[in-house]
Amino acid sequence: MGSTNSTLSKIPNVEELMQETGFTPAHIVRLYDRFEALDKEKTGHLRPQDFGAINRLAMNPIGDRIIGAFFSPGQETVDFHSFVRILAHFRPADKKRPKDPSMPEPVNSRTSKLKYPPLVFSLISVAFQLYDQDKDGKISRAELLQVLRSMLEMQVTEEQLESIADRTIQEADLDKDDAISFEEFRKSLEKVNIDHKMSIRFLR
Amino acid sequence: MPAFSCAFPGCRRDLLVIVLVVFVGIGLPIEASAPAYQSHGTEGSHLTNITNTKKAFPVLAVNYEHVRKPFEIALWILLALLMKLGFHLIPRLSAVVPESCLLIVVGLLVGGLIKVIGEEPPVLDSQLFFLCLLPPIILDAGYFLPIRPFTENVGTILVFAVIGTLWNAFFMGGLLYALCQIESVGLSGVDLLACLLFGSIVSAVDPVAVLAVFEEIHINELVHILVFGESLLNDAVTVVLYNLFEEFSKVGTVTVLDVFLGVVCFFVVSLGGVLVGAIYGFLAAFTSRFTSHTRVIEPLFVFLYSYMAYLSSEMFHLSGIMALIACGVVMRPYVEANISHKSYTTIKYFLKMWSSVSETLIFIFLGVSTVAGPHAWNWTFVITTVILCLVSRVLGVIGLTFIINKFRIVKLTKKDQFIVAYGGLRGAIAFSLGYLLSNSHQMRNLFLTAIITVIFFTVFVQGMTIRPLVELLAVKKKKESKPSINEEIHTEFLDHLLTGVEGVCGHYGHYHWKEKLNRFNKTYVKRWLIAGENFKEPELIAFYRKMELKQAIMMVESGQLPSVLPSTISMQNIQPRAIPRVSKKREEEIRRILRANLQNNKQKMRSRSYSRHTLFDADEEDNVSEVRLRKTKMEMERRVSVMERRMSHYLTVPANRESPRPGVRRVRFESDNQVFSADSFPTVHFEQPSPPSTPDAVSLEEEEEEEVPKRPSLKADIEGPRGNASDNHQGELDYQRLARCLSDPGPNKDKEDDDPFMSC
Repeated sequence: MGSTNSTLSKIPNVEELMQETGFTPAHIVRLYDRFEALDKEKTGHLRPQDFGAINRLAMNPIGDRIIGAFFSPGQETVDFHSFVRILAHFRPADKKRPKDPSMPEPVNSRTSKLKYPPLVFSLISVAFQLYDQDKDGKISRAELLQVLRSMLEMQVTEEQLESIADRTIQEADLDKDDAISFEEFRKSLEKVNIDHKMSIRFLR
Repeated sequence: MPAFSCAFPGCRRDLLVIVLVVFVGIGLPIEASAPAYQSHGTEGSHLTNITNTKKAFPVLAVNYEHVRKPFEIALWILLALLMKLGFHLIPRLSAVVPESCLLIVVGLLVGGLIKVIGEEPPVLDSQLFFLCLLPPIILDAGYFLPIRPFTENVGTILVFAVIGTLWNAFFMGGLLYALCQIESVGLSGVDLLACLLFGSIVSAVDPVAVLAVFEEIHINELVHILVFGESLLNDAVTVVLYNLFEEFSKVGTVTVLDVFLGVVCFFVVSLGGVLVGAIYGFLAAFTSRFTSHTRVIEPLFVFLYSYMAYLSSEMFHLSGIMALIACGVVMRPYVEANISHKSYTTIKYFLKMWSSVSETLIFIFLGVSTVAGPHAWNWTFVITTVILCLVSRVLGVIGLTFIINKFRIVKLTKKDQFIVAYGGLRGAIAFSLGYLLSNSHQMRNLFLTAIITVIFFTVFVQGMTIRPLVELLAVKKKKESKPSINEEIHTEFLDHLLTGVEGVCGHYGHYHWKEKLNRFNKTYVKRWLIAGENFKEPELIAFYRKMELKQAIMMVESGQLPSVLPSTISMQNIQPRAIPRVSKKREEEIRRILRANLQNNKQKMRSRSYSRHTLFDADEEDNVSEVRLRKTKMEMERRVSVMERRMSHYLTVPANRESPRPGVRRVRFESDNQVFSADSFPTVHFEQPSPPSTPDAVSLEEEEEEEVPKRPSLKADIEGPRGNASDNHQGELDYQRLARCLSDPGPNKDKEDDDPFMSC
């Protein structure tokens, strides 16, 4: 406990962070250790290259997108607070936690907000954002194609990719604008048990 | 039209039922008297052979003895199936009473009849049960086990299966022993081990009964997989406990070493069973890699390897059920990548058929055995057993859920718990295990009676009431979902995302290992087990191909495309790795057409059907042909016949040549086609800018505009939405364009449609 406390004391605004994200002190400490391990040059900030050094991310088809998610548009670095806040989206939704009306809603609630200020996302919204690189609120055909291309790792022909993308959009696209909006995205995933999937036990 | 139409409805149905009853009535005496015949038969024939010297050559002779055994078996099966048929003809009955109950009642009646005649009714022979009747059901269940929900909940399932069954066995055994100690019951001779043995037999939830009942209530996937998975996985526990207590009760004493060995035995039995199953599964997968030239025997490999897995593990006293499940699960992805579509259908149909027959026979035999078996009735014991079963189940489920929910992300609600507890049915496995008890057990008859009572209680009372209770409690039902490529893509995306986040956190969790397994599978295992170049194919592509193929088949079967086309469609659309022989444009058109029809029809497709009575394709056919196209089917057929003639014309004509003017064509076909009417032949009207029924209609028109400006005669009359009629026009337009697309047959016209096929 002593080491925990001492580590905690190194982090500014730790109380606020814990309240906002719902992480316990143990979690915060673990994440801090990880942050420091990644931050090889001890600047207190992480840059894309630091993420790139993680092998598992390098092998991941959408690794670069994930890295990009940590950095808000325009920012070159991410500090510990933002790091923790973003990871908080992957915590299991805790339905039993009493909602304090004076507090802002914890960042990992399932209800979505259509126009998102940078940090208050819902679980699905994170995924949606990763699809929607140009941030226009819709997944266009081109964006879908990009994701498919990176996931399928060049093992398929271009025509196949295109027809899959077409079919995907057709299936999901209810208002016929040839792109998938956030609502449509959410709707197409309603049968999938997201709560079960999208939560990493580590962060509980 | 039926040959004999009746004055009032339901008459024809009743007639059939009467016929069935008569059949049964005739069948039984034949069977029952067969044993009697036998005793004369052998002696008689011998005598006639030896003593008679001169006798007229028998033109017609009856030699029942010769065919007796197969005849009886076939007759039993036939009667069982006729009964099953009969039930479904009486709609109200089959809606209220689950089939299993009805079959047991029939068994009781049959047994009673046989006894009345004076013969000995056949009892459910344990060997017959375990070696012939049980494997098909388990294989069917294992092969079509929905993997994703199963692996997501495997922890919970294991806890229920192992700890739940242990709890049930000991709780019941212990309390029954305590009961027997009470003087007034008069069972003081029953010792603890015997009671524990009894407890272990009765404690296990039975997969056959669960399948039979849950089949019909369509409960939500989570609860279904929990109860069902538990019923499958508790076999290992049951086997171990049964053997343990059997051994012990012979010896009479138990030491700590024995208990320890028992625990070790459990692990050996379960893991050994899984290992044996997995080995046979890999063998089957490997074999299927080479079957591309002998497609006809492919299904047999699947069945035989699985059966061998079962028998091998039974030989070593390992858990046969787990072996069978493991074999099915392991073999399925690879086998399905290798076998043809027809083989896949064959496997599916045969499994469903065999498991259906087995289930029917099991329940009927249960009824017959009840009448036959020696009974020793002791009110207190039996009633206490029944009550204890319920109580221990409820307590077990509640207690375990309390513990499990601490580890689960999606908690089990009270409703779920109730259904899990209430759905713990006992069935024929318990009976067979009881029957296997050697006669040296003094309490054997008592135990058998109690087991049968428990089975009857759970199947009848719980089986019948579970459906109204499900309705009453408004438990979530199974969601109908069609296979959605969106779900596949996004789920894969989410998996990658979470693996990445785990990487960021430095955490070696669930997703990391899943990813590693997938990678291993892709690089090493698939290479060995999948034929040809298929192993490189990503799963998403396979899924997509499947979807398109299914849709194409559906369209053919519903009559929207004549069956001439599919070979060309399959060739062009479903061989991603082949060099495209058709130009990209044509492929695009084909795909667009298929997609357009997806839009138009929006069929509901059941995914992952583990239903006993219905099959995927049958449902679709019904839906499509009856509901959707009933009104317009005739018209469509007419149009199709028109199109077929036109197609023969097109097939000889290169794609881009301008076709003759409408007037000319009309003249040519006039003699053939009397069904033309002014509006049905889509020649003269040029489309007006009418609101299209679907956006694809617009896109199709546009494409028409670009490509073939010189063929106005082909443009269908899109007069705007006319309900089904506009669908037809759309379909017709699609058809024409498809005909045009495929006018160039391509070099591989004669290749068989037996490409590797994967299934949902």
